[in-house]
Formats: sequence, structure tokens, C-alpha cells
Amino acid sequence: MRAIGIILAGGNNKKMKELSYKRAVAAMPIAGSYRAIDFALSNMTNSHVQKVAVLTQYNAKSLNEHLSSSKWWDFGRKQGGLFVFTPSITADNGYWYRGTADSIWQNISFLKQSHEPYVIIAAGDGVYKIDYNKVLEYHIEKKADITVVCKDMPEDTDVSRFGTVKMNEDGRIVYFEEKPVSTESRTVSTGIYIIRRRQLIELIEKCAEEERYDFVNDILIRYKNIKRIYGYKMDSYWSNISTVESYYNTNMDFLKPDIRNYFFKQYPDIYSKVDDLPPAKYNLGANIKNSLISSGCIINGTVENSILFKKAYIGNNCVIKNSIILNNVYIGDNTVIENCIVESRGTIRANSTHIGENGIKIVTDYNDNGRVGM
Amino acid sequence: MIKKEMIAMLLAGGQGSRLGVLTQKVAKPAVSFGGKYRIIDFPLSNCINSGIDTVGVLTQYQPLRLNSHIGIGIPWDLDRNIGGVTVLPPYEKSGNSEWYSGTANAIYQNLEFMEQYNPEYVLILSGDHIYKMDYEVMLDYHKSNNADVTIAAMPVPIEEASRFGIVVTDENNQINDFQEKPEHPKSNLASMGIYIFKWSVLKEALITLKNQSNCDFGKHVIPYCFEKGDRIFAYEYNSYWKDVGTLNSYWEANMELIDIIPIFNLYEEYWRIYTKSDTLPPQYIADTAKIDKSIISEGCEIYGEVYDSVIGAGVTVGKGTVVRNSIVMKGTVIGEDCRVNKSIIAENVTIEKNCEIGVGEDVPSKLDPRIYAFGLATIGENSYIPSNVKIGKNTAISGKTENADYPDGVLASGEYIIKAGDM
Repeated sequence: MRAIGIILAGGNNKKMKELSYKRAVAAMPIAGSYRAIDFALSNMTNSHVQKVAVLTQYNAKSLNEHLSSSKWWDFGRKQGGLFVFTPSITADNGYWYRGTADSIWQNISFLKQSHEPYVIIAAGDGVYKIDYNKVLEYHIEKKADITVVCKDMPEDTDVSRFGTVKMNEDGRIVYFEEKPVSTESRTVSTGIYIIRRRQLIELIEKCAEEERYDFVNDILIRYKNIKRIYGYKMDSYWSNISTVESYYNTNMDFLKPDIRNYFFKQYPDIYSKVDDLPPAKYNLGANIKNSLISSGCIINGTVENSILFKKAYIGNNCVIKNSIILNNVYIGDNTVIENCIVESRGTIRANSTHIGENGIKIVTDYNDNGRVGM
Repeated sequence: MIKKEMIAMLLAGGQGSRLGVLTQKVAKPAVSFGGKYRIIDFPLSNCINSGIDTVGVLTQYQPLRLNSHIGIGIPWDLDRNIGGVTVLPPYEKSGNSEWYSGTANAIYQNLEFMEQYNPEYVLILSGDHIYKMDYEVMLDYHKSNNADVTIAAMPVPIEEASRFGIVVTDENNQINDFQEKPEHPKSNLASMGIYIFKWSVLKEALITLKNQSNCDFGKHVIPYCFEKGDRIFAYEYNSYWKDVGTLNSYWEANMELIDIIPIFNLYEEYWRIYTKSDTLPPQYIADTAKIDKSIISEGCEIYGEVYDSVIGAGVTVGKGTVVRNSIVMKGTVIGEDCRVNKSIIAENVTIEKNCEIGVGEDVPSKLDPRIYAFGLATIGENSYIPSNVKIGKNTAISGKTENADYPDGVLASGEYIIKAGDM
């Protein structure tokens, strides 16, 4: 592969509410056994990208732990490998990453010291499979300066949290608006870009000179009419997890057979850090319907239409419905949980009830609202 | 110079013929256990958890699965710059090339491997036991006795003692007599086949006995050391240990994992058992599924009913199918509306719809009643079972079977179908 990769994983997102207190969005657990960044990393390795930088900043502890070894994604190589860059104070810079373009600028030596002609930039919060080689072929064929991977969203999606684009017949982007108040376009940017390395260095340095810091506003939108910016339409599954609802829905999508089959059974695989947990254990009284159960779980109660991440313990007579239980949660006996996301490493007391009535409720073990009885 | 205090030599070359069709294509240590594991994961995990980072694995019988499972030892953190795991197959020498003809002979043929680590002690393990043991504690015990050889031994019921190699000890646990499968056992301490040797003692014994045919630890090396007057101690072990050498003990050991609080607990925080995980995704349990008292591994899709069973990774159980008291290994697909009772189904088997397995009378096996007994139906890896057939108890199947192999759609109890064939 003639490209290096950059994964932008530094962002915080207030729309993730309490879920972002613990970790960066890129480290959010997905589909029982994965974290969001696994998708971008696996796509990189499956596309034979050999050298990848992950730029982290906000609440990076979980993410750094997850990336503590590069071997899970096959990046433990002498040639290339996985680089994790957090902001650092240097002789001529004392700032945090002030934006996506700035984060690349602060690590511009990574670009300058590489020799591959292209750069793939991807967000760390997308759930998708893609062969970046196909995008690169398109990029070369169109003689584009920048290629933006785009996706047509279904009619009922609220696109105001995305960057929306319009393309002409040739595929060139003629309109690009970030988080539009109103728009006719259903085509959104997935935050995946391909750009020639020298071109990127030039644009990023120009940006820094002008004290501009954002990749979308200060490069894509600003240079839209000067540079050849093309859209590559992706027609397979893509979702990103920038809000609590989208996070919940993305996870619940994995209960659908076609999506599960696409990600879990079809080559190539998505890789993640291996935890060496034992198989899930079902004791007498377990009653499971339409759910995903991860390794290390022990189940004594009822679980319906839910996703249990690793090492969940479900007590006797519990009823868990339409919920997501994150890693390492202990749920005491006789507990009812409906329409909730239960935060990781929690202990939910016995005999308690948590029901999300208007939308999804986030349950943490220091959150005792809704406790009844006893 | 490289110096490792203790290295381990893991004997993994045996066929394990009493596991029948399960070991037709794989060595016993590579047979699946407990859903996602293979038997060799237990001693390998014990090694790394005990701080032993240099392990030689001696292979001989059908080593392919074992080799690809072990690789460079990544799952056990045994990928090391110095030491780590090394697979040691028999090799051709300038004169006198031979297979490994016995446990001690296999170690003898790898003296050079051990020598390069310049160890003080060598731990000898076998690759076919299920247990958790801290070998470091055993080594401390060995040192505190200033022993030449320490043998791990566990108490067994006295009426079963005649099935084991028995050690007789004095009040200091020093061994003063051995009995190999004795009719009238003088003690109930059975050797577990786990030895710590002083390297100098082991080396001397192996070189002295190099012309002994089928040189074996229990039969030759230990008696030799004993007669020479070496200090041999028994290290008494009192936790879970299981030799899964027969289909029945293999089946029982798996079934013990599904108790509410199993004696052998895989869910403890410390002393993890590591394995190579090919499959990561969670398992999907459908609307139509019912599950009780079972353990189920990653990537399974369960549409039917599973009771009192151990299910390996990536298994599909079809709608309307009921699996009871059975072991189903990795990658097997069971179609719709099947009944599976007390069966052991190896890896990547396909069972078409509407089959009944493990039904009928308990008739002794015509193939080998010592192996295929206990009412178990056993199906070897990569087998194919066509739809609408009935398979009895004490049966064995291996290979791609077709309806013509089942007269009137039935394989009666005690019968077998073993098909050769390349793949």
C-alpha cells in the first residue's frame, strides 16, 4: 500500500453525555467485544497500510490502554508500525491540539519522515469496513487533490450532526457544509480522506501560518473551489457514534443478522485486543432472547434484545431488556433494567429498577435514581 | 552467558489413542477443551503464570494443529527475545536417526536445547492434564529439601490407586518406594507425571540410559535415580487435576465446568488460562433459543436449545434443535430440528437437519469397547452427517458420510463409520 494512515481520535463529544466522562469516543466499546477505533485500525491493516499514527488528546487513558500493544492489529513490525501521538510541550509549541488540522501540524514530522506518496486520514469513531485501496484507486483515477469518502444517509436521518456535501456528475464536491441547520443533501462526509502526502504537508503548513486549526472548515471547505476535492460514495454499512442515540442504535444494529454477518462472518475480520476471558456461562434460570453475549459473562436471569459486553454478571431473577451493559458490570439479584446503557465497571445493587422512559438512560453505579424497594 | 534458573519441557507428542476419533488427525494436547481452549493451554498457562518463560514443546504425532496453535507463543506471552516457546520435533541426525521412542528418550534427544539455557533445574510436564499449578511453589519445595528430583503427587481413593504409579513416602515426604499400577498399593499418593530435576542429575541419568529402549521417566529414569540413592521427594498436590485420557474422563471434565460454582473455575481473576483466540465477536442468542447450565464460546449463533453442554467458538445450533449433555467443538454447524444427546462432536463437523444422535440402547462398541463406551456418541473432526439419520450410543463416526452409510437411516448403537479420505 502506498499510503500511511492517520486516525483522529482526540475529540471529545458532549453529545455522548456521561459516556464521555470515562473515555474518548474512539475508545467506546462497540458490539460486545470491540472498541470504536478497532474498525479504523482493522481497515488500515486489512488494506495493507503498514504505518499508522493515532492522534489522541481528550481522556486518552482507556484508548492508550487499548493500544498498549500494536500486535492485535498486526502492526508490531520493523517496517512501519503503530504510533500514538499525544500533544507534548516542545521548545516551540506549548499548546494542546487546537483542532484536527493543528493535531496533524504538531506531528508534521511524521508526515515529513515518511516516504509513501499518500495519506489516509480516518476518524476514530466510525463503524464500517472499507478497502482503502479502492478509495485510492478512485483518487488517482480522478486526479483528485483530496478524496472524501461519503455516504448517502436514509431519509429519516437527522444529518445536522454531519458534514453534508453535494457532488457534480463527475463526483467533484461542489457544496460542503459542516453541521448544516437545513440542507437538501442526504450525502454526508464520513470523515475519511485520502490526500497526497506532499499536498497535505503544504496545506497543513499554510493553515498553521494563518492560525487556522480545523481540517474540515479550514481545508476542505476553504479550498473547495481551488483544489480538486472529490467524493467517493460508499454503499456498505457505515455508522458513527457521536451521540448517545447513535451509539445505542449502532450497537443494536448488530442484533440484525445481515449486519452481524457482514462484520463477524465475512472476510476480512475486525481485530481487537484479546482479553483471554473464559466462555460465557449460563446457569439455571438463564433466559436469553435475541441478544449478543460476550466472553466472561455469567448469566442467571433474563436478557432480551440486549448487548452484554465482556464480563457482565447478571444475578438471579434479573430482567434486562433493550439495554447495553458495558464491560465488567455486576448486576445484583432481582434487578430490572430497560432501555438503559449501563456504564462499565459498575455494580448495580440488587432489587433496583432502572428504566429509560424518554430515550436511553445512562446508568452508572454512583447513580442511584430510580432505586425502589429495599 | 544465558542463564535460566528453571526451564520446562512439555511432552506433547503422544497420540492419546484412547480418545478414538478425536485424535485421529490431531495430537491429544491439541484437542479442544472447555469451549475455547485446547488441552495444552493449561500447562502452558501454568508455566507463564509460574514465571517460567522458557518452554520446549516436544511434538511427534500429528503436530500440525499444535504447531499452528503455539506459533511463536504470543497468546501465553512466550514470545521472548531469550527463551520463550520452542517446538521440538524429532530430527534427523548424522547417525542413528530415530523417532522419540519414550518420554525420557524425547528429552534425551534435546539435551542441546536445554544446555543452551544453562539451567539449574528442569521441569518435565505432560501436555494432557487439566489443572492449575504454581510450579514456582513446587520449585521452592524442591530447593528447601535440597532434592535431586521432586515428583508432584496427589492422593487418590485407595481403591483406584492400582490404576496409577504410586509413590510411598516417609514422614518428610521423601520417597522410599515406587509401585507401578500395583495390585496391593502401599499408599494412595499417585504420581502426576510432573517432575523437577536438578539439571545435573537429569543430564547424567539421560546419558547413562541413552541406550535404554523406549526410555521412560516413570519406568526407567526415576527408578535409576532411586537406586543410585538420589534424594527424591513427593510434592503433594491437593487441588483439581484431571487426566483427560479417555473419552469418559474427557467428557466428565468438560461437564464439571458447567456446575454453578465449578471445582475447576475458569472465572477466577488471577491464574488466567490463555489460548489462541481466532474468533472475537460475541455470541448471538436468538429469540427461539433456550439455554440452561452451559458454557458457550465467542462467535456462536444459537437458535435452538442447549442444556448441560459445552459449546466451542463459532458453533451454530439450528432452530428447533436440542443439544443435551454434549460437547460441541469449534466451527461445527448443527442444522435444524436435531436431537443431540450425550455426544462429543469435534471441530468443523456439519450435521444436517432432523438428525438424532446418541439415542437407543447402550450396546458395546464393535470397533473398540474399551474406547467407545459410557453411552457416548463420538464424531471426529470435519465429518459430515446427512439429514434425517439416527445415530446410536457408543458409536464412532469420522469422515464425510452419506445416507447410503446408514441402513434404514440408522447407525445402531455400538456401530461405527470410519471413512478414510484425504481431507
